[in-house]
Amino acid sequence: MKYVSEYRDPQKVDGVLQEIRQLGEALTAKKERPIKLMEICGGHTHAIFKYGLEDLLPPTIEMIHGPGCPVCIMPKGRLDDAIAIAENPNVIFTTFGDAMRVPGSKHSLLQAKAKGADIRMVYSPLDALQIAKVNCDRPVVFFAIGFETTAPSTALTVLQAAAEGIENFSLFCNHVLVVPALEALLSNPDLQLDGFIGPGHVSMVIGTEPYRVIAERYRKPLVVSGFEPLDLLQSIWMVLQQLVEQRCEVENQYARFVQSEGNPVGLDAMRQVFQVREAFEWRGLGDIPQSGLKMRPEYAQFDAEVKFTLPHRQVADHKACACGEILKGVKKPWECKVFGTGCTPEHPIGACMVSSEGACAAYYKYGRLSLESPAKKQPLRQELEMST
Amino acid sequence: MCLGIPGQIVEITSAEQKLAIIDVGGVKRQVNIACIVDTDHPVESCVGDWVLVHVGFAMSRVDPTEAAETLSLLEELAEVHQAMAASGLN
Repeated sequence: MKYVSEYRDPQKVDGVLQEIRQLGEALTAKKERPIKLMEICGGHTHAIFKYGLEDLLPPTIEMIHGPGCPVCIMPKGRLDDAIAIAENPNVIFTTFGDAMRVPGSKHSLLQAKAKGADIRMVYSPLDALQIAKVNCDRPVVFFAIGFETTAPSTALTVLQAAAEGIENFSLFCNHVLVVPALEALLSNPDLQLDGFIGPGHVSMVIGTEPYRVIAERYRKPLVVSGFEPLDLLQSIWMVLQQLVEQRCEVENQYARFVQSEGNPVGLDAMRQVFQVREAFEWRGLGDIPQSGLKMRPEYAQFDAEVKFTLPHRQVADHKACACGEILKGVKKPWECKVFGTGCTPEHPIGACMVSSEGACAAYYKYGRLSLESPAKKQPLRQELEMST
Repeated sequence: MCLGIPGQIVEITSAEQKLAIIDVGGVKRQVNIACIVDTDHPVESCVGDWVLVHVGFAMSRVDPTEAAETLSLLEELAEVHQAMAASGLN
């Protein structure tokens, strides 16, 4: 397929890997630990495992999987709120499929559907709007989740609902913002991190400018990356080049789709419909200031939080679940007590096991059940000696 | 969730509502193209464009020059390392 298959060429992969190996060795010559890079986006996490990139990377490079999976960071309390809306008689609740199996404090949307709630999976918020047009005598609510990637789509849908005067449509808004989450992560003293692989599709909307704070204030290089194997490997190489040259900059590997100013139409729609919340709760990270979006008062008629009475409870995560530490990159999935035993994709305890973009689901699906890959098992020094 | 799929716009279905049909590897679907049109690039001129589609919206138009540049850089790297391997330097 055009603009996909060209970025999966094995010969080109080999060339970038050689470069990565050389830079990795140079950077770890005087270090007792590998270079740690965080891919923020869940789509990147999924691609890294799907294409086996972790096994291709040398032991000098370790990937940490960040909190960029909207399903994984959804706190139980907000999910309980969504289920409470869905269980209202007469309501049609619409959602992306990813959110269906996320466990709330009692059950998931899928279990609520099994008990009789009218919950429907949609591909686009526009599909939810269409359902509202067809069922004009019933309230239709769309479960708006996601980073800045999905926010313009829901904003444009609200603007269309307003223009067409569709009064039975509303949003349960849970959009989150990527940069405040990175700042929260970087303020964690436990986190050892050398650089970031930036989210490609979020950047398609917000551009590259908002990441400048990461490079300038926190002194971490960040490269916005595409999602094909060659995109990710080239981005890793670009971060390593910055580290070798002791630069901390925001670079754009995904320039074929990402412009520095982002998408003006999408950003304008977001500004019209949404405003920044004082704080928003993230699973595993707690309340992060100015990290979420809510509907502006002038669009209150499309705001499910205004239209419905919600429990608004904060619910603690399961004691045995290590999703919080995994989302911060402090623990690997196989270090969690219930990983692969009590918690599986079929019966998830934590949200990181639900979405295909979650680190636990990726580790489980691609066979990282108890140990790191064979390439990573050996101590760094020994591996380097063997390769020379 | 943040999955984006490249596809080609093959038909405008409603210029007023900014709706178009895209072709993704033979599969056709209607998407909203509001985010990729402006005065320099009106709806009518979008047929044939390659775009990245996300949850029913075309979010970005591909820049063919940038795409080619990325590939040629990667091609160069591959050639350098193949040449080094052939001469026993790798």
